[in-house]
Amino acid sequence: MPKMNENRICDSQEMDRLMTQVAAEIMDRNKGCQKLALVGILTRGVCLARRLQKIISETSGQELPLGILDITLYRDDLAHATHHPIVRKTEIPFCLDGATVVLVDDVLYTGRTVRAAMDGLIDFGRPQSIQLAVLVDRGCRELPIAADYVGVEVPASPQDRVMVRVEESDGFDQVTVTPRSLVSVSSSRGE
Amino acid sequence: MGFNRKDLLGTRDLSVVEIRSLLESAESFKEIAERPLKKVPALRGKTVVNLFFEPSTRTRTSFEIAAKRLSADAVNMSASTSSVVKGESLIDTVENIQAMAPDIVVIRHGYVGAAHLVAGRIGASVVNAGDGANEHPTQALLDLLTIAEHKKLEPGLTVAIIGDIAHSRVARSNIWALITLGITVRVCAPPTMLPRGLENIAGIQVCRRPEEALAGADVVMMLRIQLERQDRLLFPSIRDYARIFGLNRRRLDLACPDAIVMHPGPMNRGVEITSEVADGERAVILNQVSNGVALRMAVLFMLGGQGT
Repeated sequence: MPKMNENRICDSQEMDRLMTQVAAEIMDRNKGCQKLALVGILTRGVCLARRLQKIISETSGQELPLGILDITLYRDDLAHATHHPIVRKTEIPFCLDGATVVLVDDVLYTGRTVRAAMDGLIDFGRPQSIQLAVLVDRGCRELPIAADYVGVEVPASPQDRVMVRVEESDGFDQVTVTPRSLVSVSSSRGE
Repeated sequence: MGFNRKDLLGTRDLSVVEIRSLLESAESFKEIAERPLKKVPALRGKTVVNLFFEPSTRTRTSFEIAAKRLSADAVNMSASTSSVVKGESLIDTVENIQAMAPDIVVIRHGYVGAAHLVAGRIGASVVNAGDGANEHPTQALLDLLTIAEHKKLEPGLTVAIIGDIAHSRVARSNIWALITLGITVRVCAPPTMLPRGLENIAGIQVCRRPEEALAGADVVMMLRIQLERQDRLLFPSIRDYARIFGLNRRRLDLACPDAIVMHPGPMNRGVEITSEVADGERAVILNQVSNGVALRMAVLFMLGGQGT
């Protein structure tokens, strides 16, 4: 559960509301689109993509195909990694050619993950377009990348830690920000 | 922690965690072979040298494809076309290769310990692709990956290994890895092809007859009879060997009804395995080959993806 000194940005109920809002925006913008698909970036992006899929199915009756993308092999910092990131399974069970793909991730920060994800996606085909949906945009981009759908904007400095927790992998839904003064030196920067 | 070594020289000293993390990683690499574009940028700018002092098509090609699918530059060197024929020593050869700054050297050599010797001399990561009759770790790991597609890799599983155990690095690497995972290993071979002392190793059952080894086995691993060694007369005749130790339909019926049949290749059809079994529905021999690429991608990635 929430630790001391973390500022809670949203709880479970609020997260549901944000995801419902993002789902509605996706459907609104892609009205009439025949080949719309969701692709979640491992790990939490996949959980959020599944939620969007469920909300969209309940509200519009449309069953969107869902893919899972592991970006490890496309990272630009592999040569600097001190130990091995685990490669997990990518599953894109539909044809990407001509599709409109909504990439889903929990936090948008430097933009490097999204860059890697786009490279990964394009290896599977040529989508008509790629859009980006994130639960949290924390700013501080290092690449010219912007999200099409944002649940909540949380301006944070690189030293702050923004943490998204989802029930599927963490046991509860929550977004927190730990200000720089409280982030311990040894901990990794949160994404 | 997963696998965090400089080199992969054998399975004998791998831990359960290391084996499982290599297999888990390989599992994720399988999918790349099914993509329209079979290439990922993970090892872009890295150089992999395949240094083969012994003939090989399958293993060398497998390593080469694995390296190329990871976007590494793969360079192949075989002893027959290299300075080795001019009398250069192994150490001189690899020190020259090291001077060209490769990131990974994959080596196969006829002498036991060759890969270990090289690994101690150069900064590049070394993968043992077979050293004499000692070890061939990537073959054993791809065998485990293949078994895991059909069976649970855990204690309770029985694997029968039949054939020339004494001269087989494939058997050795498999035995070490299987024992580490707590899996029961039965070995069966003519007495001339059985290393002494095997029965003293915990987890190994030495069987005199193949029928004994096959009874209720979940996995049947047949080894190649190295016909090129037949001048040493390890058994009376190839026909006798096929009759007594060869895997045919009737013998396979002694194993579990859903047993799988494996062979590291190249096969001597009609000697250690009949065509009926090799091409039968229980054979997973070609799956082994496909899995070999995924497993070697995982190994190269885990050795070469690392910063130095």
